[in-house]
Amino acid sequence: MKTKKVTVMALTIAVAMILSFVESQIPAFVAIPGVKMGLANIAVVFALYKLGWKEAAVVSLIRVFLVSLLFGTGATLFYSVAGAVLSLLGMIGLKATGLFSSVAVSVTGGVLHNVGQIGMACFLLGTDVLRYYLPFLMFSGILAGVVIGVLAAILVMRIKLEV
Amino acid sequence: MDRRKRLLMDVLLIAVLLALTGILYFQYGKTDEAGTWAVVRVDGREVARYAMDQNGVYPLNGGTNVLAIDKGEAWIQEADCPDHVCMLMGKISMSGQVITCLPNLLTVTVEGGEQLVDMITG
Repeated sequence: MKTKKVTVMALTIAVAMILSFVESQIPAFVAIPGVKMGLANIAVVFALYKLGWKEAAVVSLIRVFLVSLLFGTGATLFYSVAGAVLSLLGMIGLKATGLFSSVAVSVTGGVLHNVGQIGMACFLLGTDVLRYYLPFLMFSGILAGVVIGVLAAILVMRIKLEV
Repeated sequence: MDRRKRLLMDVLLIAVLLALTGILYFQYGKTDEAGTWAVVRVDGREVARYAMDQNGVYPLNGGTNVLAIDKGEAWIQEADCPDHVCMLMGKISMSGQVITCLPNLLTVTVEGGEQLVDMITG
């Protein structure tokens, strides 16, 4: 792997971690756990379009591990990994079809991130009562995904980068 | 594929997801009847149920969380976890609503709007 690519990946991970930190400082504005902007996904979508799918997966997973270590509490890692993996699979798959823009890709990522987290929570709790949250979290994932997708599209367009 | 077609596909995909969200909302998220029980589960097993029409304060799970019920509303009054998400989740009263404490693997669900009717008629 070229040195430049490694450097850009490291920078992207750093940006993703900063975005996660900024987001962790925003107080929860609804009484539904898991509703958030997913700012760090800007970095993942950026990596997906500028660097490639493997690189995006590496950026996403390393971010999740580091952020859980730094700011997480106990089981956070399980939920985050489940969300990140499902979201990555969906985004990579959707992008590979070539039919959609980064907005649809990011929306799918946002929704699947929340679905993955709820799925993991249901698994750990041993009950599916959390399905009550599913529609609310999917809706918030769609809204957040549109915003993140537009932001990522602007970055992908504006940042000239040869790797 | 040109931009216009992509935009159309994007809108289509988002519309499908919104429709799916709507279906799930009417399936799981919509709550319009008051529940009769606050059911406490730890690790997936039901450990206690309290009547929603009886006011009270109940320590749960050996004291990790404290459930309060007052005037048909249930909420977590105290919790020993660091994030206190379960306390922030506020009051629940309608059948299907749920409060969770992930660190303690605990859930409180409001259940049984219909069961009461079933019990009376059946």
